[in-house]
Amino acid sequence: MTQPTPRTDPAEPAEETVPDPSTTRPVLQARGLVKRYGGVTALAGADLELYPGEILAVIGDNGAGKSSLIKVLSGAIVPDEGEILVDGAPVRLPTPIAAREAGIETVHQSLAVAPSLDIATNLFLGRELRRPGVLGSVLRMLDRARMRAEAARHLDDLGIMTIQNPNQAVETLSGGQRQAVAVARAAAFGNRVVIMDEPTAALGVRESRAVLDLILRVRDKGLPVILISHNMPHVFEIADRVHVQRLGRRIAVLDPSGCAMSDAVAVMTGALDPAELPEGALAGRAAR
Amino acid sequence: MTTSNTPRVTTTTPEPPPLGPEADVRPQSLTDRVQHLLHAQATLGPAAVLLLTVLAFALISPNFLQPANLSLILQQTAVIGTLALGQTLIILTAGIDLSVGSIMVLCSIIMGRLSADLGVPAPVALLVGLASGMACGLFNGFLVTRVKLPPFIVTLGSLNIFFALNLWISRSETIRGADMGDLLLWTGRVVTIGGTRVTYGSILMLVIVAVLAYALHRTQWGRHVYATGDDREAARLAGIRVNRVLLSVYAVAGLVYAVGAWMLIGRIASASPQAGVMDNLDSITAVVLGGTSLFGGRGMIIGTVMGALIVGVCRNGLSLAGVDVLWQNFAVGVLVILAVSLDQWIRKVRR
Repeated sequence: MTQPTPRTDPAEPAEETVPDPSTTRPVLQARGLVKRYGGVTALAGADLELYPGEILAVIGDNGAGKSSLIKVLSGAIVPDEGEILVDGAPVRLPTPIAAREAGIETVHQSLAVAPSLDIATNLFLGRELRRPGVLGSVLRMLDRARMRAEAARHLDDLGIMTIQNPNQAVETLSGGQRQAVAVARAAAFGNRVVIMDEPTAALGVRESRAVLDLILRVRDKGLPVILISHNMPHVFEIADRVHVQRLGRRIAVLDPSGCAMSDAVAVMTGALDPAELPEGALAGRAAR
Repeated sequence: MTTSNTPRVTTTTPEPPPLGPEADVRPQSLTDRVQHLLHAQATLGPAAVLLLTVLAFALISPNFLQPANLSLILQQTAVIGTLALGQTLIILTAGIDLSVGSIMVLCSIIMGRLSADLGVPAPVALLVGLASGMACGLFNGFLVTRVKLPPFIVTLGSLNIFFALNLWISRSETIRGADMGDLLLWTGRVVTIGGTRVTYGSILMLVIVAVLAYALHRTQWGRHVYATGDDREAARLAGIRVNRVLLSVYAVAGLVYAVGAWMLIGRIASASPQAGVMDNLDSITAVVLGGTSLFGGRGMIIGTVMGALIVGVCRNGLSLAGVDVLWQNFAVGVLVILAVSLDQWIRKVRR
């Protein structure tokens, strides 16, 4: 299997799209990331590879460096050492805006939406569209009609049909719907990578289900996803590969179809050495 | 590693419920509906209160609805209303400005002194006054965004600083309007529109209303002001330069206060270092009565106009009815507490 083709029909059941690391170039790669806070080392030479069209889950105990890793990749913090490559080219991500410009969109756990503003405004927050001509350039008038139409189209693209009115204030939405708005924003503007930090942490069972399907649809549109989650069933259900972070570095990449959930937890907590895992549990071992 | 044939859990689970507004099916009581309506239409409450107070005073005193009295209310409201417009911008960002009155008085004294005592041409005196207002706003904004102090503390300090500067520049003396250039008194001049005498100051206030309403609701800057006040961290993560937005808000507010200073000179035909001492709190009162939330991110310019009119109508109506001034303050105080309680209640709306 080579480059996976992005699926266009979201109704089609998602099948395995695990890329073969030996033949594909990572979309996003981190090498030897180090981040120290005083005497505390949050990242101790962490690596990460994200391949086209995959969902890479990042799991790890508290303090394993998950959130530092994600913050580095989303431009929220600058690493002391190490490099980040986008499509094989080294990049610097000193600010969240720089990461966005590199095509990396992040759905923060806090969602980063303004509750009293409407859905369309939130989708375009920070990159509003202006009216053409003098109205836009001199009077700085917003093109509300176009933003509304495009917002509706983006929501439609991801199958979030039930949010019918993009003029609705975000605070009138349920937790899952707000998550959907934040995901839609990332999917609409991210052209390389979408990072999602604990997207189901605050949600009930039904809403989690819908958000997981939404993540699969983002992947099926061709955008690779990095998913940070504490919820092992969710990780094992939708991830193509599972990156295990421990003590500031990556200690294993697991294949969720060949690895038991209990083994993953054991590796994550240090109870099990990755070398002792059964055949097929590690992602990429078969390719070697 | 090749494609696995293990069926995905995803493919076997039935279609999940759509992300729909399921909570809406629960029956709503009348109070729920009122709460939702007020939440969706923020200016409805102030409009209703304004209408009720006007009706009440019209019934109590027959002179209340006379064009001359209405024109007087407009004049009395223009200065406070203008200060409240600047205050609205700051409260929308979840801040508060206690230095409004001081900035206005300082600017009016600067304009008056330049024109009356130093012989500077009136247009130049006006421009310097407007620039001073903006500088005062920038000073507050700098302390809020760079030194990262709470707006309450910053403006509590600058309230005293600006007021002291005002006493120093004025030498604690009132400057007579007759000594100033005509332009500075223009805001107090009267034009007759449809039998009602309106000051240019009142018209100027309406112009500011229109400009600010446009900027807040139709431009990127306005959306960023709301987003910053709503959730500052969210706005930052969404790529908004939050500090730049805040600084611009304080600068614009300072400029608006300076226009208020110009109106004040026209209204009292002089520049007095003691004028506008009560205006700090009255401007906050007008903003709050207008339905703008002290917690930021919610409110409208037009609501503030109504809030200022409510204060104006109450004070005017009560004095027409021969009620002691102390009860005017009492009534305004009660209104403020009611308005904030209402805001708290409306904010509880969830789905």
